Amino acid sequence: MTNIESADQAKQDSSYREVLTELLYQLADDDFIVSFRGSEWLGLAPHIEEDVSFSSITQNTMGHAVLYYQLLEELGEGEADVLAHERPPEKRRNAIYLEKQNGDGSYLDEPYYDWALTVIRQYLYETFKKVKLEALTKSSYVPLADAAQKVLMEQTYHLAHWKTWVRQLQDSTEEAKTRLQSRLKEAWGEFLDVLELGPKANDMEKHQLIVAESVLQKKWLEEIKETLAVIPAEPLQKNKGSGRNTEHTQDLTQALVTLSEVYDQDKNAVW
Amino acid sequence: MEQDHKQIELETVLKKVDDPELPSVSVVDLGMVHEVKTDNQHVSITMIPTFAGCPALDIIEKNVKEAIEQVDWVESCDVTFSFRHKWSTNAITAEGKKQLKKHGVAPPPESYQPGEEWSVDCPYCGSLYTSMENVFGPTACRSILYCRSCRNPFEAMKPVIDYSVV
Repeated sequence: MTNIESADQAKQDSSYREVLTELLYQLADDDFIVSFRGSEWLGLAPHIEEDVSFSSITQNTMGHAVLYYQLLEELGEGEADVLAHERPPEKRRNAIYLEKQNGDGSYLDEPYYDWALTVIRQYLYETFKKVKLEALTKSSYVPLADAAQKVLMEQTYHLAHWKTWVRQLQDSTEEAKTRLQSRLKEAWGEFLDVLELGPKANDMEKHQLIVAESVLQKKWLEEIKETLAVIPAEPLQKNKGSGRNTEHTQDLTQALVTLSEVYDQDKNAVW
Repeated sequence: MEQDHKQIELETVLKKVDDPELPSVSVVDLGMVHEVKTDNQHVSITMIPTFAGCPALDIIEKNVKEAIEQVDWVESCDVTFSFRHKWSTNAITAEGKKQLKKHGVAPPPESYQPGEEWSVDCPYCGSLYTSMENVFGPTACRSILYCRSCRNPFEAMKPVIDYSVV
């Protein structure tokens, strides 16, 4: 199939546009919620340099979500800011595992957050993000392929950062090893949702927007095996449901309420 | 001939528009200006963003627009950021590198493999004896380093290069 060069061209084929917007929502909503959970560590990270690093990664990741929301805006889905702030949970396509709260308590009141969850989640997610972006650089939708190339050049630093944390912690104390393993086991039960492309996966492949799920998953597994000391023997699952299918938990509601609190006070304010 | 004159005039103006987070380093020297087009009294500028998540982009856009609209024959100017062209740290000019150093920011290393560790010389004393304190610095495009010779902390532009997928 020939490449689609612009939003106007994509709009001429309603089936192509529909599948493309589905994919863009998944990409945007994943980066958006991962960035939000990251932002909740501000001031709480294990040490000062980590606070600088993590907030820089988080800010940049939100920038990546903005890129995808802008592509959706060009396709006539509405303003990027509105897409980010105003869509209710039942319209969000992010994977459920990514919306999970950082731990017990809340940011303003006794945040007993778990660093092991964060290290495992960020590492597994950034590895998959890289695999997905590499596939997207060959997407039939040229504006998406361009955005993917741009993000890939920056994301390499994010992935390197989390890889370092995993390597150092799994080579550290017994407590660190046990905590990582327990969070990895938990992830194994939920992460399949992240690795999926949802109900329109076959059409995405047919329109050459991205390669098949099975290809992405195989590559991801090969990559993580190079870093993780132990990989769970059980098959990957999605036992909390499918976020790609707009199923979500209370955790997403909590995130959206907190994130939009200021925005909702005056939607017309100029920042 | 007159067109050439106009183009040079606009470029001179752009060379005075600094990055808001790197005073004394212009957007031209950072390699952010891709194309300047004129259509009678209207100017269209295409710029290349450095980092996608850079919050300074809106400010840069506003500053460029205002500076160009100060030129007496210009009636209006629009600025767009394009992702079609990739910014890389190789786009920083020799003048840009000189100004960065003056500001205590080391220019990016000349050769770099994505994801790997890298090092640069101290922008103050030129020593090779430096260490990486944090790959992530005060802005997305900078890292924090320390010079063990002159004992100054300093920053360096993070290398960003084209990442080709085979």
